[in-house]
Amino acid sequence: MTQSASEASPQAPSLPNGPGAAAVLSAGIGTFALAVLAVAGDKSAAIKQALNFYHPTGPLSGVTTLAILLWIAAWAILDWRWRKKNVAIARITTAALVLLVLSLLLTFPPIADLF
Amino acid sequence: MEMSTHGLWTLIHGMGFGALYLLACSGALIELYRITTGSSAPLATPAQERFLKIYLLAMVVLAWAAVLTGAYVVYPWYRAAPPPATANLALYPQRLLMSNPATSGWHSLGMEWKEHVAWLAPISITMAASVFLRYGRDLRNHRQLRSAVLCFTLVSFLAAGIAGLFGALINKQAPVQGGGTISLSVGDEK
Repeated sequence: MTQSASEASPQAPSLPNGPGAAAVLSAGIGTFALAVLAVAGDKSAAIKQALNFYHPTGPLSGVTTLAILLWIAAWAILDWRWRKKNVAIARITTAALVLLVLSLLLTFPPIADLF
Repeated sequence: MEMSTHGLWTLIHGMGFGALYLLACSGALIELYRITTGSSAPLATPAQERFLKIYLLAMVVLAWAAVLTGAYVVYPWYRAAPPPATANLALYPQRLLMSNPATSGWHSLGMEWKEHVAWLAPISITMAASVFLRYGRDLRNHRQLRSAVLCFTLVSFLAAGIAGLFGALINKQAPVQGGGTISLSVGDEK
């Protein structure tokens, strides 16, 4: 997803967009992972049990812990790969925003209940 | 005038961390927009940029403090299971709400939504803060990155608003109570 041409902007950016793209996309991945895990835990008794990392908090503890770990791992990997690059930022931010909107929708119980 | 320790923690979680975060959101959105948008606008001074970086870092701390105290301090009290044959469910808010069809929606819709959507706020604002810390004023030269940061900050505001609204309404229906008693003041006898 790298590109050589710089984006249209008022001034030439002094920093590559790769690290920013890594942060944005990983945040989208993290929020989406949280929503998917929440739905999965709600639909399957086995997954719900497996997500019960800390009993007083219940499956929420597993949902959030795993989502945060996935988010941090995605961020570290993408940042490592894109640190010094300019990447196709339009496609990446669009993907991240789609993931974020899906996360918002999937956390809403009436929509999660459709699955 | 007394308060339970569980009630105090609920207050710290909601009115302390959560409400402060919500108050900070509008300021962050305006400042991020002002400093990073528009080539004709004057550049932010280094002091203004430093202030926004500290402001966003404070928001990150508030957002994580709100969700962590919510999930690991207050929520276990909310979802605690009563001993068998408990008639008075006042100390078991989730079971109290579920015991009545007129109030069960506060849990099945309100709390189920709140407990998950709230976590979008710290993830989003941590990303926004990290991008601004790295790029600073140069973010105005990365149009799409800037738009994404603003969108994530807006969703963070929305998620925190949903969580805060339902938190307040649920606590009004079935307050988290219990623990020790803190005496705030002694009133005069009438």
